[in-house]
Amino acid sequence: MAKYLLLKHYRGAPAAVNDVPMDQWTQDEITAHVQYMRDFAAKLEDTGEFVDGQALAMEGTWVRYDGEGKPPVTDGPFAETKDLIAGWMIVDVDSYERAIELAGELSAAPGKDGKPIHEWLEVRPFYGTPPTIPEVTWTGHCSGA
Amino acid sequence: MDWALLRSLTPSVIGILVRRGADFAAAEDAVQDALVEAVRVWPDDPPRDPKGWLVTAAWRKFLDATRAETARRRREEHVEPEAGPVPDTDDTLQLYFLCAHPSLTPSSAVALTLRAVGGLTTRQIAQAYLVPEATMAQRISRAKKTVGDVRFDQPGDVATVLRVLYLVFNEGYSGDVDLAAEAIRLTRQLAAVIDHPEVAGLLALMLLHHARRAGRTADDGSLVALADQDRAKWDTRLIAEGVEILQNALAKDQLGEFQAQAAIAALHADAQTPEETDWVQIVEWYDELAKLTGSPIVRLNRAVAVAEADGPRAGLKALAELDDSLPRYTAVAAYLHERDGDEQTAARLYVEAAGKAANLAEREYLTRQAARLNRKSPPHR
Repeated sequence: MAKYLLLKHYRGAPAAVNDVPMDQWTQDEITAHVQYMRDFAAKLEDTGEFVDGQALAMEGTWVRYDGEGKPPVTDGPFAETKDLIAGWMIVDVDSYERAIELAGELSAAPGKDGKPIHEWLEVRPFYGTPPTIPEVTWTGHCSGA
Repeated sequence: MDWALLRSLTPSVIGILVRRGADFAAAEDAVQDALVEAVRVWPDDPPRDPKGWLVTAAWRKFLDATRAETARRRREEHVEPEAGPVPDTDDTLQLYFLCAHPSLTPSSAVALTLRAVGGLTTRQIAQAYLVPEATMAQRISRAKKTVGDVRFDQPGDVATVLRVLYLVFNEGYSGDVDLAAEAIRLTRQLAAVIDHPEVAGLLALMLLHHARRAGRTADDGSLVALADQDRAKWDTRLIAEGVEILQNALAKDQLGEFQAQAAIAALHADAQTPEETDWVQIVEWYDELAKLTGSPIVRLNRAVAVAEADGPRAGLKALAELDDSLPRYTAVAAYLHERDGDEQTAARLYVEAAGKAANLAEREYLTRQAARLNRKSPPHR
């Protein structure tokens, strides 16, 4: 049992096979795509593997602390930012292989001409909690199985 | 009121409903409903016979659900199963087997065991594993369908049950439910209904690790290495209990992997100071464990024990025989190089190991080791 983030990018991922931006699709193609994503999430709920799915707006703001008593500094959005995240799906699955399988399926969402987009998704494991019985007792033994 | 008692009755009450003719899925639902009612009613009106009360309440829930279902289908010929007396037989063990059935995935078996054997609610299980309640409800519902056709009276495999309980204990997620304590409770309950040295071995293993829990993390939640732990924080009562259970199991002379793991844990728990640890015996137990499991992870652990028993060079030699892609191989290599006096190599390997860590606590621990060594002798730039 482990959680994985299936990360979708607006920008920054390698080019998809069917790499036509959505603004050049027909209404029906957009509808079919949105339906595919909904069905995918519903299917994961049904299998008991769904944790979360969210989409992000294209424009964001950069923020940083600017010292005691001052409001945070904001900047951007920067059009040149290379890596722009579009959204994610979080799954709770029995194996890494299952996470890869699901990402592959998600990447097959239909795009232009109803054909799979084949877009690149990034699969990132969540950090779990340390096991109660450590698998390996390295370094003076965090414990001693 | 005694919640542990209430929840410990769950599997045997499910068993009684099944013997009266309810299918497992419906019986399990009915008992969950009855548990919820017990939580509501018992504080003001405690029953004299808790089990009898639960059986009656669950049977009523089952009949209500069956009648609703029957009415919905307009099937008048539907025959209601007859209520009978509460039998003496206890199907608790059968419930463990069913919920750990080999047709289930590990996550499904864990969820079903916690609900049908542990008597936890779906919400509690969902919170424990940090997934939405609807997701956990589906996982449990599918698991119940998967084992729907399994005959209840079939003998099961203890090893599969132990693997599930081990998973519950080991994946110490943080929620309202203390999964480690719950795993211990379920393993105790199992040990009470079956005399099996590996069940005892797993229970001993859990108790011996649980005993050290307070010493394992600092106040800020960071990991504390075994050698640095305040041994006064270890629970001596749990250690004594674990050791006794283990000794009785070992006396049966049917060694298994959980007994061997527990023996190693007992040797650590037995040492008043890190220096008193009997590493030679620990190496011997790792040899036994390697024979039993063939696991490369065991041999990685063994390399550390060899370093403690025979010196870091011997440990590094044992390490060199292993595949360097093993999880935590790099962390072990870092430690052994540090013990061998090569702090620059150790620091570099600690950084590399931190990048490969499977959880945040280990990553921070390894990063701190690298930082500690880098302050002593800054890396070449």
